Amino acid sequence: MTAPVTAGRRYAGAALDRVEGLDKVTGRAAYAADHRPADLVHAVAVPATIARGEVVQVDVDAMLKRPGVVAAIWHGNAPRLATSDEELAVLQSRRVAYRGQYVAVVVAETPEDAREAARTLRIEYVAEEHDVILRADHPRAYRPENVNAGHPSDTGQGDPDAALAAAPVVVDEEYGTPAEHNNPMEPHATIADWHGDGLIVHEPSQNVSGLRATLASLFGMPPGHVHVVSPHVGGGFGSKAKTLPHTILAALTAKQVGRPVKLALTRRQLFVATGYRTPTVQRVRLGAEPDGRLIAITHDAVMQSSTLSEFTEQTAVPSRVMYAAPHRRTTHRVVRLDVPTPSWMRAPGECPGMFALESAMDELAIACGVDPVELRVRNEPAAGPESGLPFSSRNLVACLREGARRFGWAGRDPRPGVRRRGRTLIGTGVAASTFPALRAPSSATVRAEPGGRYTVRIAAADIGTGARTVLTQIAADALGTAPAAVTVELGDSALPPAPVAGGSMGTASWGTAVVRACEELAARLEAAGGTVPDGGLEVTADTGREVRAQERYSRHAFGAQFAEVGVDADTGETRVLRLLGVFAAGRVLNPKTARSQFIGGMTMGLSMALLEESIMDGRFGDFLNCDLAQYHIAAHADVRDVQAYWLEEEDPHLNPMGSKGIGEIGIVGTAAAIANAVHHATGVRIRELPIRLDKLVR
Amino acid sequence: MRESWDSRERIAGRAGRVTGQANTSGDAAAPPPVGADLRISVNGAWHALTVDTRESLLDTLRDRLGLTGAKKGCDHGQCGACTVLIDGRRVLSCLTLTVSLDDESVTTVEGLGLPGAPHPLQRAFVEHDALQCGFCTPGQICSAVGVLAEAAEGRPSLVTHRDRAHPGGSAEPVITGALPLDEEEIRERMSGNLCRCGAYPGILAAIAEAARAGEGAR
Amino acid sequence: MRPFAYHRPETVAAAVAQAGGADVMYLAGGTNLVDLMRLGVLTPATLVDVTRVTSATIEQTPGGGLLVGAGVRNSDLTAHPLVRSRYPLLAEALLAGASGQLRNMATVGGNLLQRTRCSYFQDVTKPCNKRDPGSGCPARTGDHRNLAIIEHSEHCVATHPSDMAVALVALGALVHVEGAAGARQVPMPGLHRLPGDDPSRDTVLVPGELITAVELPALPLAARSLYRKARDRASFSFAAVSVAAALQVEQGVVRDCRIALGSVAHVPWRAGRAEDALRGAPATEQEFARAADIELEQARPLPLNGYKVPLARNLIVRALADLAAVR
Repeated sequence: MTAPVTAGRRYAGAALDRVEGLDKVTGRAAYAADHRPADLVHAVAVPATIARGEVVQVDVDAMLKRPGVVAAIWHGNAPRLATSDEELAVLQSRRVAYRGQYVAVVVAETPEDAREAARTLRIEYVAEEHDVILRADHPRAYRPENVNAGHPSDTGQGDPDAALAAAPVVVDEEYGTPAEHNNPMEPHATIADWHGDGLIVHEPSQNVSGLRATLASLFGMPPGHVHVVSPHVGGGFGSKAKTLPHTILAALTAKQVGRPVKLALTRRQLFVATGYRTPTVQRVRLGAEPDGRLIAITHDAVMQSSTLSEFTEQTAVPSRVMYAAPHRRTTHRVVRLDVPTPSWMRAPGECPGMFALESAMDELAIACGVDPVELRVRNEPAAGPESGLPFSSRNLVACLREGARRFGWAGRDPRPGVRRRGRTLIGTGVAASTFPALRAPSSATVRAEPGGRYTVRIAAADIGTGARTVLTQIAADALGTAPAAVTVELGDSALPPAPVAGGSMGTASWGTAVVRACEELAARLEAAGGTVPDGGLEVTADTGREVRAQERYSRHAFGAQFAEVGVDADTGETRVLRLLGVFAAGRVLNPKTARSQFIGGMTMGLSMALLEESIMDGRFGDFLNCDLAQYHIAAHADVRDVQAYWLEEEDPHLNPMGSKGIGEIGIVGTAAAIANAVHHATGVRIRELPIRLDKLVR
Repeated sequence: MRESWDSRERIAGRAGRVTGQANTSGDAAAPPPVGADLRISVNGAWHALTVDTRESLLDTLRDRLGLTGAKKGCDHGQCGACTVLIDGRRVLSCLTLTVSLDDESVTTVEGLGLPGAPHPLQRAFVEHDALQCGFCTPGQICSAVGVLAEAAEGRPSLVTHRDRAHPGGSAEPVITGALPLDEEEIRERMSGNLCRCGAYPGILAAIAEAARAGEGAR
Repeated sequence: MRPFAYHRPETVAAAVAQAGGADVMYLAGGTNLVDLMRLGVLTPATLVDVTRVTSATIEQTPGGGLLVGAGVRNSDLTAHPLVRSRYPLLAEALLAGASGQLRNMATVGGNLLQRTRCSYFQDVTKPCNKRDPGSGCPARTGDHRNLAIIEHSEHCVATHPSDMAVALVALGALVHVEGAAGARQVPMPGLHRLPGDDPSRDTVLVPGELITAVELPALPLAARSLYRKARDRASFSFAAVSVAAALQVEQGVVRDCRIALGSVAHVPWRAGRAEDALRGAPATEQEFARAADIELEQARPLPLNGYKVPLARNLIVRALADLAAVR
């Protein structure tokens, strides 16, 4: 059924340049906000300045007298939408559920006038007491039915409490990760343009098919009447995967004013309603034999969500997969606060969860006097530790070994705080990485032209992953032609429906559909004697049945990350001198773009480790450091020597390409590797990210 | 956590009726927009424009001239995506008021090369996969053009200064003339251009290659 | 952004005359002003563009110093050979600030007049005594991790963000200004004010006064100097704490020194007590630490920024030790 296509493989695995590279480097690639339809007006979303309460009145009349102002819309004069989704029911109620929620929109002929109108719009509220601070002991914490990606909230096996009480060695610590914001370089922007009863939306989207369906339902029309255009997406990291309120606001506004509307969020607005990673409070307990063999693992995580909807990050889920232990418990609790709803940010669950687990493993290695690489090898499970399912492939140990070799780990002195170069303390650390290898149903069309050209059409998204390039290679191989003969069209909801660019499953899902369409096309061409008819030949494949029928395996990519840090003894400034990752992620389809993906994930992990924290002000109810001067992401000078390698991994249980997703695993474990290296350098264990200088200076 | 500041404390969470207005200083009257005429050269072509005094060069390029290569990543001078060259020097178009540019010459990424005839840096960016989503890329490339020129003119960076004018090294003459661009130099000089995809190693390789080619040409 | 009139005079006198009205501000590089206008923090009715009236040249003064026109771009100042050789602390301070693009835009005059980056100041939906006098200071009991530890007041705990100004305070630069009442010179320190009960005023300049130049004194001591900036991000980031220092040692004894701290107070902070404690003292690490401690006795850290005290202490000791080459 899913035997890898090996015969005739020529281009999958080749280091092709990005097919849209020249468009991007010359500034010709058009992103959503680059479109300027005729008669365009500019809209600016107006955020609530209270964290909870009601809008009483908006001074629309005064606004309409201002120069250039076309409209001012709020609950009192907005058209009604057909939705029970409170998240997307923009301007459908007077209620304010979090500070910064869009409570009005103003429209003007120029962006300057629109911004000025938004700045001066008078809004009257009735404010209520709010509650925005997450605490592990929050009285309203509860157990959700399921957590993100459909995992059960709590799981367990054996008797972990008794096992921990009896364990010779115990690590019992609390770890914290702060709220973090995705911050793609491209701020979200929508151009909404109604034509009769149809709607065209230019929107940077990781999921054009999903966005089309949601818009159609909200505005009460058939999906075919909505056209989402998104050929280039300036990064998303999860924040452009769900339908967001600003898109609805733009479409509603365009409908109201009867002209195309451009609504571009400001960078500061990205810190409100475009999703973010929830803060987490995690307790990890590890019980082990003196030689480091685990007896028990418990991982309890507390997260936040909004009052509008429940989103619970699957923070403790990696502890169900990583290590063998007879006794285990994982739990998730969530607190609904007067805050924006958290959402997907690169490797939700695995990323914060593995910071805790892999920090705890380092603490256990020290407690047992076992090398941290060896400790992980010793706890390698034969099958899914909790599921009992066989792994389709699992090469964590090989990654650890290969990484240790390349990094020069052998002979490492485990003593903390004893290495100096001048005034810099030096340390090294290791952590493991993991991410599930998922696949979702997709469709795709491939068309052959008589001249030997092929066009692949699929509503996939290239958010910088290289999807357009890799799908070109996959199709070329499946068709037995050269990549130059293949054009891939994606990022458009008029194309055959495809799943989200998320969960590291894009290539696996879309690639399967492309291969099946190409195989079918090749078969039909062969049946027709190898000649493409004058009108061309087109085949569509849908992988729903194939994906649903796939055998039960525990499918995960694994990796090992090694970090060397320097901590300034005087200032506490931590710099990552080296970061080296080795990954086992099935077949790597394009080494050039794959390396960029791994390194990009590791770089975001470095950034998470040292810099990123969205600071909530409990009195006002919003994130204070809502710009790129205050919310630091890694700059070029922070990223010195980041190397990514991978193992050749044959896995017949995945998909026709034999690939696992690589978009997220790079960020998993990085922060723990760095925190472990900081401990090795200084003797100081940082259990609350980020590792800023104020936590180390003394 | 709460203390009494004043009446506006109620905005910070105490229940009650409040009036919100982004502009707390309160404009009594709304003044009308002010227009200004100017002449500006963009990528070698002169344009006579009437602009709103509030207009940034970035908005003029994008909304008025249709040059959308420069990107609005933050609009506050904190990301570098809007970098363009004015008289050959890299600047942030988001913080530059167009009205102040009468008779000035601007070069944007579109003026550096075409897909069929790219600038050497543009070609190097593709070859080294110095981009992923591509949104910061026009700013990175314009900035890199500026960096190469700055190094050729002997303009220092913090790295240059630390390396070559050792603290307290008063007796040493300060180096002038063209500066070599090693990796530390490029990283420091390019740190005003953020890339969330993490393409920095590729960007470094692309600029280092262009720098080597430039040094070879001198 | 509020609509505004724009003027670009050709002379200082014309600029000063145009600045007489209400709600007028000078525009130079615009890197901070345009940003704050976009945020609604500043809402001038008129901008007077002074890029054609202030000098963009650097001249040697008869006394052996440098006269730097207020219109000199930060990148030009730091590239100047005499600045690099005679005032390394100034060159380094400039290079440690902002980004290459911003340094190409920002001017010397504008750099001195930067506003605080306190997040409450920048958010017009929140109280701030600096932006909106009498509205309160939420930073004092809120997020002040990066704010002042010295001489803050109950009304304001902001810090001055400039790196360059720290070096100028160490050097004792002279700021030349011109206003309706004529020209005058303001010494540094002395240009910037402590917050007291009126944090809305950052400097002693009166409305309409224009910085025309900054005079760097002849200071042979400064040839042996440096600027060290501690920060979380390796580049393109404001300081957690910074130090500008110059040191003259003769036969193991500190003959003279200059020390200033950045990001510890509402003003670029001249560490005069430490300087006094060091003059005539042995140039040893112990003495440097003693001097730093004397300076920092006056620190009154807030709950979240106590780390700045050891950070400032360590930076002072490190800077002096590096300059004395005793480490």
